[in-house]
Amino acid sequence: MMALVKCAIIGSGNIGSDLMIKIIRTAKNLEMGAMVGIDPDSDGLARAARLNVPVTHEGIDGFLKLPNYKDIKIVFDATSAKAHIHNNALLQKDGKKVIDLTPAAIGPFTIPVINGDANLDEPNVNMVTCGGQATIPMIYAVRRACKRLIYGEIVASISSKSAGPGTRANIEEFIETTSKAIETVGGAERGKAIIVLNPAEPPLIMRDTIFTLSQGGDKEAIERSIHEIVAQVQKYVPGYRLKQNVQFENIGGNAPIRIPGIGLCTGLKTTIMLEVEGAAHYLPAYAGNLDIMTSAALATADLWAGKLLAKEAA
Amino acid sequence: MARPNPDKLYIQDVTLRDGMHPVRHRYSLDQVRSIAKALDEAYVDAIEISHGDGISGSTFNYGFGAHDDVEWVAVVADVCKHAVVTVLLLPGIGTLHDLRQVHDVGARSVRIATHCTEADVSRQQIETARKLGMDTVGFLMMAHMASPEKLVEQARLMESYGAECIYVTDSAGALLPKDYMERVKAVRDALRPETEIGVHAHHNLTMGVANAVAGIEAGAVRVDASLAGMGAGAGNTPLEALVAVLDKMGMKTDCNLFKLMDAADDLVRPLQDRPVRVDRESLSLGYAGVYSSFLRHAEAAAKLYNADTRDILIELGKRHMVGGQEDMIIDVALNILKQRGAAA
Repeated sequence: MMALVKCAIIGSGNIGSDLMIKIIRTAKNLEMGAMVGIDPDSDGLARAARLNVPVTHEGIDGFLKLPNYKDIKIVFDATSAKAHIHNNALLQKDGKKVIDLTPAAIGPFTIPVINGDANLDEPNVNMVTCGGQATIPMIYAVRRACKRLIYGEIVASISSKSAGPGTRANIEEFIETTSKAIETVGGAERGKAIIVLNPAEPPLIMRDTIFTLSQGGDKEAIERSIHEIVAQVQKYVPGYRLKQNVQFENIGGNAPIRIPGIGLCTGLKTTIMLEVEGAAHYLPAYAGNLDIMTSAALATADLWAGKLLAKEAA
Repeated sequence: MARPNPDKLYIQDVTLRDGMHPVRHRYSLDQVRSIAKALDEAYVDAIEISHGDGISGSTFNYGFGAHDDVEWVAVVADVCKHAVVTVLLLPGIGTLHDLRQVHDVGARSVRIATHCTEADVSRQQIETARKLGMDTVGFLMMAHMASPEKLVEQARLMESYGAECIYVTDSAGALLPKDYMERVKAVRDALRPETEIGVHAHHNLTMGVANAVAGIEAGAVRVDASLAGMGAGAGNTPLEALVAVLDKMGMKTDCNLFKLMDAADDLVRPLQDRPVRVDRESLSLGYAGVYSSFLRHAEAAAKLYNADTRDILIELGKRHMVGGQEDMIIDVALNILKQRGAAA
């Protein structure tokens, strides 16, 4: 059997821990080479140690000193936007392939179902945000079924328990990065992202609502396109589903809407309501926001690792 | 930020911000100008202006405004001779980029609002507002959903980030005076003496003035109110009534009561295309503990899907929805439709 590609995760919080479990259980071409944290008492590091994954609690500096550092080809960064800039600079010097799960957005935005292989050879690829991974496929679904997508807006509601300190410190970057990716990856002329944390007990499953304003598309074609993309996302996130029928409303010239930065607009409003149930690898099923992010990162890394292995075998 | 009248209550008007909800965020620039001028001449301490859901709230989810926040803020800044121009910012909706833009056109005070258990998402925003030199307020919304102890913990976080004043905000108009007093007192006792406490009430259970007074008696020195109670749900504490009551109680403000009465009845009440009052729907908000801003969205969804507004609001309360989750109103209405279909 051929050796798998070794990877490491920086950040032993919710996202890093969930990703580690996914890699161990479901990756085709990857295996865990290291788990890197900064808190020696963190649950994520303890869990990694129990699973015989090499660990360090000394952050990026500790990672660079690990005996098997040189064998590691892929590094996932699940820290924060600020920490990622520092980490990436060090990792690039050593030629590591970096998958960025923070909203730092140094590398190109990657959403597997839209542009999974387009940026595969870039040294750093960015996974946008959890809300972006959940919603931008829907923006894209409307975009490809109409002539003009004037506006895309997303509302991501996540349970407070699933939002760790990194997520909470990066609300600003979440909005900026997601809004930008709605435009550049989703194809909307203008994007707006909203995130809401809900502390209800028991925790609520991640919900996402997508609103678009388009011109020159028919409702049936838009709906068909949405269902197709939902099915494609389900291949890597089985708990991704439409919660309600797609809603349409014509915005006519008698009551146009005034979109900030654009002005008065008319067109077809489409409302898409999703639920994202997690696979419960690390946090329970309510944390679909973890799942969609880590599944997208894993799908991207697995694809790259598969190509690398194929090249080595050739 | 030191204020000129430290021995008096700080009257924060919200007619042009919370009052955006009853007009679905559609005040014209002329309306904003005339109301702001009247408030300034009646000597309120500060005037809040922005989309009802804060800067950049102009969206499908919360309703598109008639103008951008920058335009509205600039008009208020232009007519205010002494009142502080205030804006609202909800982390998760508005950004620091948006805050800098409204600061550039004259906003000098900002309330950074989070759900009452999620204060730790406000750090970047509070720190940035302080760096801009703005009067910086932490605004803990839906305070009925947290215990006094939890509110204290969250208020301390905002204080530690640099907030100079912390509001105990009854966004659902669901608190009774005794509960309001208990919460304000707990927060007052826990924070540094120089950190001010503020109260923001909604009138859904007819407690608008009573809760404001309860908060003041428990140690709050800033109080939100609006002309004719213009605000989400059954509205906020009516400013003119509050000033009259405070005067009767011997509490000092700088406000001119008769000017406020005139502005309320001549300028604001005529704009209420849906009466701002305690009725079946707005009472349901207070009773079920639902975010007051949901009212007009729930009424619109009820009309679109032929459902009952009260049923929608009660279900939102059961689901523990928080401020910002207006999209779930459509979800609830569609579920009611489905259930009806299944029953038929």
